[in-house]
Amino acid sequence: MSFLTYLINGLSLGSIYAIIALGYTMVYGIAKMLNFAHGDFIMVGCYVIFSISGALSGNGVMGTVIAVVVSIVLCSLLGITTEFIAYRPLRGAASPLAVLITAIGVSYFLENLALIIFGADVKSFSSVITWKGISFAGGQLKIQGVTIVTIVISLVILICLQLFINKTKQGQAMLAVAEDKGAATLMGINVNKTIMLTFAIGSALAAIAGALLCSAYPNLSPYVGAMPGIKAFVAAVLGGIGSIPGAMIGGLVLGIVEILSKTYISSQLSDAIVFGILVIVLIVKPTGILGKVIQEKV
Amino acid sequence: MHMDKKTKDNLITYGIVIAAFLVVEVLAMTGKLSSHMGGLLVPMTYYAIIAVALNLCVGILGELSIGHCGFMCIGAFTSATFSKVMADKIPSGPRFFIAFIIGIAVAALFGFLIGIPVLRLKGDYLAIVTLAFGEIIKNVINAFYIGVDSKGFHFSMENQMALNLESDGTMIINGAMGITGTPKDANFMIGIGVLLISLVIVLNLINSRDGRAIMAIRDNHIAAEASGINVTRYKMLAFTISAAIAGSAGVLYSHNITTLTASSQYFGYNASIMILVYVVLGGIGNIRGSVVAACILYLLPELLRGLNKYRMLIYSIVLIVMMIVNWSPKVIEWRKRTFANFGFKKKVKVVK
Repeated sequence: MSFLTYLINGLSLGSIYAIIALGYTMVYGIAKMLNFAHGDFIMVGCYVIFSISGALSGNGVMGTVIAVVVSIVLCSLLGITTEFIAYRPLRGAASPLAVLITAIGVSYFLENLALIIFGADVKSFSSVITWKGISFAGGQLKIQGVTIVTIVISLVILICLQLFINKTKQGQAMLAVAEDKGAATLMGINVNKTIMLTFAIGSALAAIAGALLCSAYPNLSPYVGAMPGIKAFVAAVLGGIGSIPGAMIGGLVLGIVEILSKTYISSQLSDAIVFGILVIVLIVKPTGILGKVIQEKV
Repeated sequence: MHMDKKTKDNLITYGIVIAAFLVVEVLAMTGKLSSHMGGLLVPMTYYAIIAVALNLCVGILGELSIGHCGFMCIGAFTSATFSKVMADKIPSGPRFFIAFIIGIAVAALFGFLIGIPVLRLKGDYLAIVTLAFGEIIKNVINAFYIGVDSKGFHFSMENQMALNLESDGTMIINGAMGITGTPKDANFMIGIGVLLISLVIVLNLINSRDGRAIMAIRDNHIAAEASGINVTRYKMLAFTISAAIAGSAGVLYSHNITTLTASSQYFGYNASIMILVYVVLGGIGNIRGSVVAACILYLLPELLRGLNKYRMLIYSIVLIVMMIVNWSPKVIEWRKRTFANFGFKKKVKVVK
């Protein structure tokens, strides 16, 4: 029974990684850049929820809903602004490393801004999900509300994203831009707008992930997003970067491996095991689990 | 005396390092150097060294590594373990020398072993695997417990108790608490010496047949392979040398502080990324630029210390602005236009 509990916890953590990884993989697939600040968008989202739900604490569920919605909107705007100010000028730069370093700069900026506004002390985040959860088998198997909600939300997001990308014009435009920017421009697609939309969606996903992450692990600090951000990136690579189902699979694998190795092997070595899995998968399949193999032409 | 351009260029690089060393020594002798600044000197040298190492990997070999601090970590821990065990048995000079050899050799060995799987990958996949290895190294070292007593060495990966040390035993590596009491053998002069040696090695490598082969692989590995260059061999060569030099930075690091821990602040991916920032701002493939950028960017947050909590915020803004000014295609074009109007246009030789 306890194994099942850990497995479900792993699924829940994996779902959070998956939501972050979806944002990572979309941005990477379309803008061809590693957005190192993505993890910090999570942190910004958490602080927005923390501040607003603190101010609206008397309003119960309504206050929480408003806080989450505002956080999602603000994170989207943050994503769009960041892309516009910091990343767009560097599109087409001679070295792809230029925009990577800028992303690192944005990450430092957001972390230190949060440090100045909210201080370095760890804040206790009150969960946005108040549902206690359900128990099976006479109370032997308890599943927390936040765990169930996390898994359900991630599935809903996955399905919505798949539908959006495959069935709508905007989604098709994203695929086209990911494939070939020049050709997409010739087909009348507004590349800048498409990339902007991608950043908006990716950052909104980061805000959702932040709300779920801080509900499950209620310690809020300016660095709360950094490690989940990196792990989600690992998940995106594990699943094959650019692939949406891949990000989901990668996230789930990572979450389950992390929780199980923490429980059964060693809590100190769990990160090493998680990264070890990545190394092994990439050695066996160098483009990730669902990654496309692109033949290099001479 | 006739010198080709490259030799002259390299001599200028060595000259800058030596001149900087002399200036600092004069300042120190005349008492103009505050103790705070004095404490920054050795870190400056090891950051310059690891920046050179990373530039060899990123700029010359053309493979993005974001786990180089892992090699630094290996160099630091192996050499500090040796120095701590031998603290009373060997005089400090030879002990530090042997510590260097051990740190560098083990880092090179790991560079070689990690290079075998890593260099099969490409681009961002390669980068994320180097990050993974860096984190694995840091994590595993954090779980190491090594102690020594009259019966010899004890090793565990669980906790201190599992070592079963005798009462006369001492801990060498105490898990996440790391190594305490490493002899403080490093100083600025040794740091500069190691920096110069790394520069000589890297600059000579670049100007050699091997170096040209490495750069040919960077520019087009298929063409290089078709020209008969053994791609795997040269990639491994560059990566191993890069890891070895990073290891030497680690030796300096561990012998400059009293408590060595494998913390994410100094050995995690964040630290590796900070070094990458030095390399990119110094100019990818420009070894001298790496040294200068490492020194300036290491000192910048320290010099901004007066601004207290705003310093890292300012640093991040400076970083973003510098990247956009240096790399944005539009800004570059604008700069060209503006400077052309002011008459700074490069003189073009007319060949008839």
